[in-house]
Amino acid sequence: MFRLFGYFIEIIRGILITARHFIVNMVFHILNLFGIKTKRKGAFTIQYPEQKTEIAERHRSLHRLMKREDGKPRCVACMLCETVCPSECIYIEATEDPDPEIQKYPSTFIIDLSRCCFCGFCVEACPEDAIRMDTGEVEFAQYNRKDMVLDLESLLNEPK
Amino acid sequence: MIDVLIILVKFVGAIVWFLVLSLYLTWAERKESAVMQDRVGANRANFFGIRVLGLFQPFADAIKMMTKEDFTPEFSKKFLHNLAPFLSFFFVAVTIATIPFGSPIQISGKEIPLQVVDLNVGILFVLAFLALSIYGVILSGWVSNNRWTLLGGLRGSAQLISYEVALGLSLIGIVMVFPSLQFSEIVGFQSEVLFGWLPKWGIFLQPLGFIIFLMAAMAESERVPFDLPEGESEIVGFFTEYGGLKYGLYMFTDFMKVLIISCLLTTLFFGGYHVPWLSAEGFHFPWGGEWLLPYWLVVVFQVIMFNLKVFFFCWLQILVRWTYPRFRYDQLMDFGWKFLIPLSLFNIAATAFFMSL
Repeated sequence: MFRLFGYFIEIIRGILITARHFIVNMVFHILNLFGIKTKRKGAFTIQYPEQKTEIAERHRSLHRLMKREDGKPRCVACMLCETVCPSECIYIEATEDPDPEIQKYPSTFIIDLSRCCFCGFCVEACPEDAIRMDTGEVEFAQYNRKDMVLDLESLLNEPK
Repeated sequence: MIDVLIILVKFVGAIVWFLVLSLYLTWAERKESAVMQDRVGANRANFFGIRVLGLFQPFADAIKMMTKEDFTPEFSKKFLHNLAPFLSFFFVAVTIATIPFGSPIQISGKEIPLQVVDLNVGILFVLAFLALSIYGVILSGWVSNNRWTLLGGLRGSAQLISYEVALGLSLIGIVMVFPSLQFSEIVGFQSEVLFGWLPKWGIFLQPLGFIIFLMAAMAESERVPFDLPEGESEIVGFFTEYGGLKYGLYMFTDFMKVLIISCLLTTLFFGGYHVPWLSAEGFHFPWGGEWLLPYWLVVVFQVIMFNLKVFFFCWLQILVRWTYPRFRYDQLMDFGWKFLIPLSLFNIAATAFFMSL
């Protein structure tokens, strides 16, 4: 019985906290409606499809393959990224390059986005700095799995 | 004939007021909880691109509920399974009939009270019908023919028994102070003034009774701190086998209970439709001022005041619902039997003592 009285005080303190939150937020909502004190908002919500947050520079977003000056892929098909990839989403087929400086280049380079876990290991493993995850693109949902598979062509032409 | 017509018009008006407000309580609950938690809340539902703070959300919800499959499980008793939600709904919906909204109005010499029926056992009627609404819960748990829903229904009935006693006993104090069971008379008594300035509201005469009634009534409405029968977040409730509109009806009944409890709190403890110091001629302020008003304006003021008080208690109940975690079942029982009932008995004794002085 007496323990319940202590409990009673605590529940009143609890409701005062939530009531304070309600009143303070409501005041700022109303002030913002009239264009006063717009620096502080009543809610932290970002209305996503219309409003977007800035993505951090180090954010690991959609992959892209880098090009040499002449437009060929910088990748030398060393298979390090394919080896390190924990979700095994990279598939590379190597072909001989006539240029003796390069020797190898990928004829197919496939990343299956539906498997990719965006760990960034491929970027770290690459000795040629050929693959990067800095496009800033985070919205690549598709209606079927086939569209989630990116090939060499689309990876090379990914916008920065 | 004209009397029947008046009753019919009043009934339709009251039930429309009740249902529309209950519908918008769903919206209010979402918005209020959002504001409390630094969010925005439902604001996406639009009508040809117009979204007014998400005010179309209840209609979107209703359309969604209606277009869902009306599923009745093979193993349930079909008729009773369909009956149960409507039973629950009906018993709560009729209680609005006894709530007075304002002073009687005069139309061509005929006095029309703003109350559907002025029963001389108003309090008992409302308490009885609120208690009967648990039959829908028990029935739905039982006829679903599922052990977990049956347990949910039993939890509901056990909870009801523990709180119904405290609910009734806390109102005995009010009936002692305002010697009537008729809502219009109880509200009439509350128009008087204490010590020349304090409105003679139930809360000032029965503060303890108010607290007990508030807690017991919230337990009655089966919302979160006391939502043992449904326990929608983890334990399986009584309406597990329901879907679509019938499930929606149970949810809707919850909101109607919130509203009817707000009406009861207003009518019994906060002077009903009375505005402080406003009598039939106008305001008579305790510091000597006067502001005389025509009678129709007084009634308008009273109806607005009644609505404001009801909105305040709806706000309070939603605030409570989004603040506290659920009681454990033994805590709930302890709270009902070992705390509220002795306290309400003490309240009766104390009231009797002070009245005999």
